[in-house]
Amino acid sequence: MPKKAKIRARAAALKTMFEDAGANPVETSLLQPAEVLLDLYGEDIRARAYVTSDALRGEQMLRPDFTVPVVQMHMDHGAEPARYTYAGEVFRRQEDDPSKPNEYAQVGYEVFDRENPAAADAEVFALIRKGLGDLDLRAATGDIGILMAAVSGLNTTQRRKDALLRHIWRPRRFRALLDRFSGRTPAPQARMAMLAKPDPMTHDFPRIGLRSDAEVAARIEALKEDAEAAPITANEVALIEALLGVREKLPYALEHLRDIAVDMPAITEAVYCLKDRMDALQAQGIDVDALEFEASYGRTSMEYYDGFVFGFYAEGRPDLPPVATGGRYDALTRVLGQGREIPAVGGVIRPGLLLELEGAL
Amino acid sequence: MTIKLGVPSKGRLMDKTFDWFRARGVSLARTGSDREYAGAVEGVDGVELVLLSAGEIPRELATGRIHLGVTGTDLVREKLARWEQQVEEVALLGFGQADLILAVPNCWVDVDTLDDLDAASAAFRARHGFRLRIATKYHRLVREYLQDNGVADYQLVDSQGATEGVVKNETAEAIADITSTGETLRANHLKIMSDGPILKSQATLWRSRVATYSDADRLVLSKLLDTLR
Repeated sequence: MPKKAKIRARAAALKTMFEDAGANPVETSLLQPAEVLLDLYGEDIRARAYVTSDALRGEQMLRPDFTVPVVQMHMDHGAEPARYTYAGEVFRRQEDDPSKPNEYAQVGYEVFDRENPAAADAEVFALIRKGLGDLDLRAATGDIGILMAAVSGLNTTQRRKDALLRHIWRPRRFRALLDRFSGRTPAPQARMAMLAKPDPMTHDFPRIGLRSDAEVAARIEALKEDAEAAPITANEVALIEALLGVREKLPYALEHLRDIAVDMPAITEAVYCLKDRMDALQAQGIDVDALEFEASYGRTSMEYYDGFVFGFYAEGRPDLPPVATGGRYDALTRVLGQGREIPAVGGVIRPGLLLELEGAL
Repeated sequence: MTIKLGVPSKGRLMDKTFDWFRARGVSLARTGSDREYAGAVEGVDGVELVLLSAGEIPRELATGRIHLGVTGTDLVREKLARWEQQVEEVALLGFGQADLILAVPNCWVDVDTLDDLDAASAAFRARHGFRLRIATKYHRLVREYLQDNGVADYQLVDSQGATEGVVKNETAEAIADITSTGETLRANHLKIMSDGPILKSQATLWRSRVATYSDADRLVLSKLLDTLR
């Protein structure tokens, strides 16, 4: 059987397994309107997705994943609760590594359910694990929600918290902001000089462009507020760092996070959620004592996961991308739902990688 | 059976390239009428001159249709993925120096660094309902630079010329463009971000790693490179 046919057959089998678990099969278009994806991901998506266009519909993207169109479909006319499955090709631009495919199959399972998020998380994880068969895979798990709770609970200005939350998925900028807000790196001299002027808005430069004087003045006000605000304490920074450094088997990670929560009560609720998820995973037959948890896992992926995150990796094959990935993306339903939202979690398997690892290709 | 040398087909870049080769004993000249893109090489045998638009030279090197080519670092980095594997830098020619920079209106007194640009972009998007627009023709270089530096909430809009004017015309809020003296920027009431240039560029002689070289070609190439050094 040719490679593609084998992959397609495995994809169909996985989809059937998801249907047997209660999912409705759905289809999405190969061409997606670029606007929605650009609005969600910004320019970064252009480095990842193929863009094409015509005079009538404007810019279109070759589907880089199924999650966005499936969420849109559900938000437009889905009944609740809902479980969906799909299979098909996704397309990813490769700018640097010719060994990475720019077209490959994905099979996914998505759950939209308000009732019990921990149970839904565990259901998705266990089902994806089942789909991967007996392969020797390492599971990585994390929870972006804990870091978000920690940032939201910092004893500092709302503006600083918003800036940090906005960059949860860009670890380098997050770090730079945290260093700035805690006074570890001083504010740039040009900024200090500008703020020291009696009226920075008095100048001879012509006013050009859409960004108005009022917007510039508002930002100067924000910078003044920031200059006057007390730095985030070294103690709080140390707690964030301790949190980001948590990486151990799930039960120990939970203990560790409980310890951190004593000094950082803002994460208490999120840590309870982690406990609920651990129990739910155990109820699904997952060996949680052997499951790795990494608090910073999932921060460098595209920014829609905001809770549970997971990935399955082939042992001894660091050259390969994860065979399966998934996570919770409640915020995405909020953005695409135009005022409505629903807790959502899902995962995808790459049947091509699965077959490759089984030696069947 | 000849080494093909691609050189920009017009303007100062062509003249200066011809000067650079002449100073090293290789005479390049356009032949025929002024509108015909044909050329002649004297002072070394087995080399054919191909006159091309500077923007096409990176791709011609990468496909191996020319063996040597003169063009800016900016164009090679923008147009070729994994450029190091496709072309080799033979010589920096010492002219055509220009920086790829980010510039914003002078009247943005609150913006000096990428940190400021990022914060301004977030507020701009909240206020205007769309991402802050940066006009450029260097999409890849600018996107990679902003991504590496964790700037969000911007969008790139294409501008193939007269980029400095887009802010005044309100088709973009900021620009990323090549500048040598900064004069055009100043005239258009724009200032350069202080984080430093995205890239420093100059005219460079490149060798294609992809082109096929016969034994005779190799001989011609090494002789030519000896002459040029």
